[in-house]
Amino acid sequence: MKKKVIALLLVACMLVGATACGAETKTEGKVLAVQVGPDPETVDPALNSAVDGGIMLLHSHECLLTVGQDGTLQPGQAESWETSEDGLTWTFHLRDGLKWSDGSDLTAEDFVYSWKRVCDPALAAPYAETVLGMVKGYDEAITGNLDALAVTATDAQTLVVELNAPCSFFGSLAAFATLSPVQQETVEKNGEAWAISPETYVSNGAFYMTEWVPGSHITMSKNPNYWNADAVKLDALKFVLMEDSNAAYSAYKTGEVLMIKDVPTEEIPSLTGTSEFYVDPIIGTYYLSLNTEREPFNNVNVRKALSLAIDREYVASTLMEGTYSAAYNFMGPGWIDENGEFMDNANGGQTYISSDYEANLEEAKALLAEAGYANGEGFPVISYTTNDSGYHKTVAEYLQQAWAELGITLQVEIVEWSSFTPMRRNGEYDIARNGWVGDYSDPSNMLDLLYSTNGNNDGKYNNPEYDAAMEVSRTTLDTTERFAALHQAEDILMEEAACIPLAYYNDYWLQSEKITGMWHSAYGYWYFMYADIVE
Amino acid sequence: MLKYIVKRIGLAIVTIWAVATLTYFLINMVPGGPFLSEKAVSPQALAALEAKYGLDKPLWEQYVTYMTDALHGDFGDSLKQRGRTVTSIIATKFPVSAKLGGTAVIVSLLVGVPLGCAAAMNRGKALDNIISVVATCGIAVPSFVICTVLMYFLGVHLNLLPTFGLTSWKHYIMPVISLAFYPTAYIMRLMRSSMLDVLGQDYMRTARAKGLSQKVSIFKHALRNAILPVVTYVGPMLAYTLTGSFVVEKIFTIPGLGGEFIGSITTRDYTVIMGTTIFLAALMVVMNVVVDIVYKIIDPRIKLK
Repeated sequence: MKKKVIALLLVACMLVGATACGAETKTEGKVLAVQVGPDPETVDPALNSAVDGGIMLLHSHECLLTVGQDGTLQPGQAESWETSEDGLTWTFHLRDGLKWSDGSDLTAEDFVYSWKRVCDPALAAPYAETVLGMVKGYDEAITGNLDALAVTATDAQTLVVELNAPCSFFGSLAAFATLSPVQQETVEKNGEAWAISPETYVSNGAFYMTEWVPGSHITMSKNPNYWNADAVKLDALKFVLMEDSNAAYSAYKTGEVLMIKDVPTEEIPSLTGTSEFYVDPIIGTYYLSLNTEREPFNNVNVRKALSLAIDREYVASTLMEGTYSAAYNFMGPGWIDENGEFMDNANGGQTYISSDYEANLEEAKALLAEAGYANGEGFPVISYTTNDSGYHKTVAEYLQQAWAELGITLQVEIVEWSSFTPMRRNGEYDIARNGWVGDYSDPSNMLDLLYSTNGNNDGKYNNPEYDAAMEVSRTTLDTTERFAALHQAEDILMEEAACIPLAYYNDYWLQSEKITGMWHSAYGYWYFMYADIVE
Repeated sequence: MLKYIVKRIGLAIVTIWAVATLTYFLINMVPGGPFLSEKAVSPQALAALEAKYGLDKPLWEQYVTYMTDALHGDFGDSLKQRGRTVTSIIATKFPVSAKLGGTAVIVSLLVGVPLGCAAAMNRGKALDNIISVVATCGIAVPSFVICTVLMYFLGVHLNLLPTFGLTSWKHYIMPVISLAFYPTAYIMRLMRSSMLDVLGQDYMRTARAKGLSQKVSIFKHALRNAILPVVTYVGPMLAYTLTGSFVVEKIFTIPGLGGEFIGSITTRDYTVIMGTTIFLAALMVVMNVVVDIVYKIIDPRIKLK
């Protein structure tokens, strides 16, 4: 009897165990396995708002334009494009013989459908306003009348876009993954589920999805219908979907994955300086938001004192182990103006904050005294709110120490991420960690953050002069005037310490020497489409 | 017994409903929401998203709609993994976890029960001491430590076993050891103490006195009584193990259900939180009924009422 019972139990276990076992399809040939993140939330171009999803979309889809290795705009699905004199009409000319991964023809009408779909309120695309907000008819389209959007196909190969106001960086948006074409037939037949199954995931890029095992991997095979397929050397690209950096590191060490984005921070000191460890800037800044609606942060001198008392070089190089770079401006490397790097032309070529920490600290003490809090006397106990990941806690502890030099007591509040974001947005904090990584390299993308009514203006900074400068940049037709206004905005921001920039973001990753022909862009994307594996 | 089962099923439904209701209101009380991101979503897009998933309606109305749909077997769409339904997520991920967890349970029973018995029968001797030390370690060492140590030595250092995925029998070795470690240790200890208890009983002395060999008395009389506490433990443990472990799945990159439990909470994916919670609750209740029935089979003295 007892044997029977045990046997029964075991059989029950085995039955449950044997219920399913997915058969693994093997992809033959040259397969590059990389790790850029866990399961993407979505790979529907219109719905994606994440960097890892964006990287996958770069390979499965191709926009009208693309960003080349040197950071400039290159022809993509469009062979050429031009802008009308008033800057209001953009015309894109598609290549001959474009095809979808299923072999059917791709025309300008497909772009019209895809772009209108981004505006569909029933889809609620998070980036709709960012990428199409300046297109004529957007305001009407977003309420449901999609055809109001002034995007038309004058013939099968010509796409004409009319704008409300000139937008010098519209070319960058035409290269933005949200505006990738999607095939109407498969989208309408399968609904939102079109983007979760390889069978229905029709695309137009260098690769097309052949397998997606959620939580495990996404495999993309070379797309023979891609116009530039001859230049694609890999047979397949395998995105290993990992979340844990130690797991990624193990997989890299065993050679199962040739490139990993998530490197364990504790390994960084031993990896720095080796040929497989890369650090490359991306357009973004780690900064602190000050709640300017609260005392004493409504005082310019207090804000400046807090900013100057930080040893940025120590934070970036020592505490953050060189994975960040010290930020003495708000706008870091990678942002572009008409003369090249925005940063090089800001503040007459000088950084706004001096790199001489000792002098800064003296100035900070003087400013605090000017504000009526000499040696921190009478200064209220303030709090710093952050979530706990990466170096956030380390930075918080450093700030406690740094501001103690001014006689200020700082309390650190660690909040879970999902609670942190709404707290920060609602202004329920004194000082909060903040950060921004640019969507495209036009400086307005980040300077907009401090515009009084911007949804990301977490510090509720409100300065009519700043708003006026931003208004000029939005409406002027003159490029020189536009960038002058943007520089002026940064001048105001830094002079008033509207927020406290701390460090510029870098991407750091491990990459095997076997990989050739891949590159990393300042937007935080890796380009594997023309990569090769050399044994 | 049939009456008993019917009664238990009735109770089970009430339990699951209570769990579901409590979870529903609790997750809505927690700050944050599913559509947050570091970059603010425009108010229009947020409103459109909330309208799409009915989150703009009063909570009571949402609750009634959810429960009505759930009764019809519709657990809704994931709010974060666009295009996937909760049912499809559970249907693809549960089998992966169940297969791994099932193997781990079998291993822990096959190892834990005999070793526990052996320890009891050699009480105070070297074997007992060794097993006790191993069992204590097994209970005290958290699974992430075991995972990491295994991965470092067997995976990275010796390069004997693959470190991620679940595609061949080799892939199972490390995760199964990690998952089975704690239950094995626990079963060993349970088995040892209950066996000791049983060995001291009068009927065991009688059995030996009437001339039964040690082998027969142990297997025929002692084991059957001693295994009851293990069965009690295995029921709920089975439910937990089959639904996957967040830690083990994350470290070995296994596409199981365990990750969804925690992942859905951090991303506030309400429908997935509800779906996985109800699923675990249902499995738990079923396992408890099974345990009761197995009890009855093992020990006829137990009456199911």
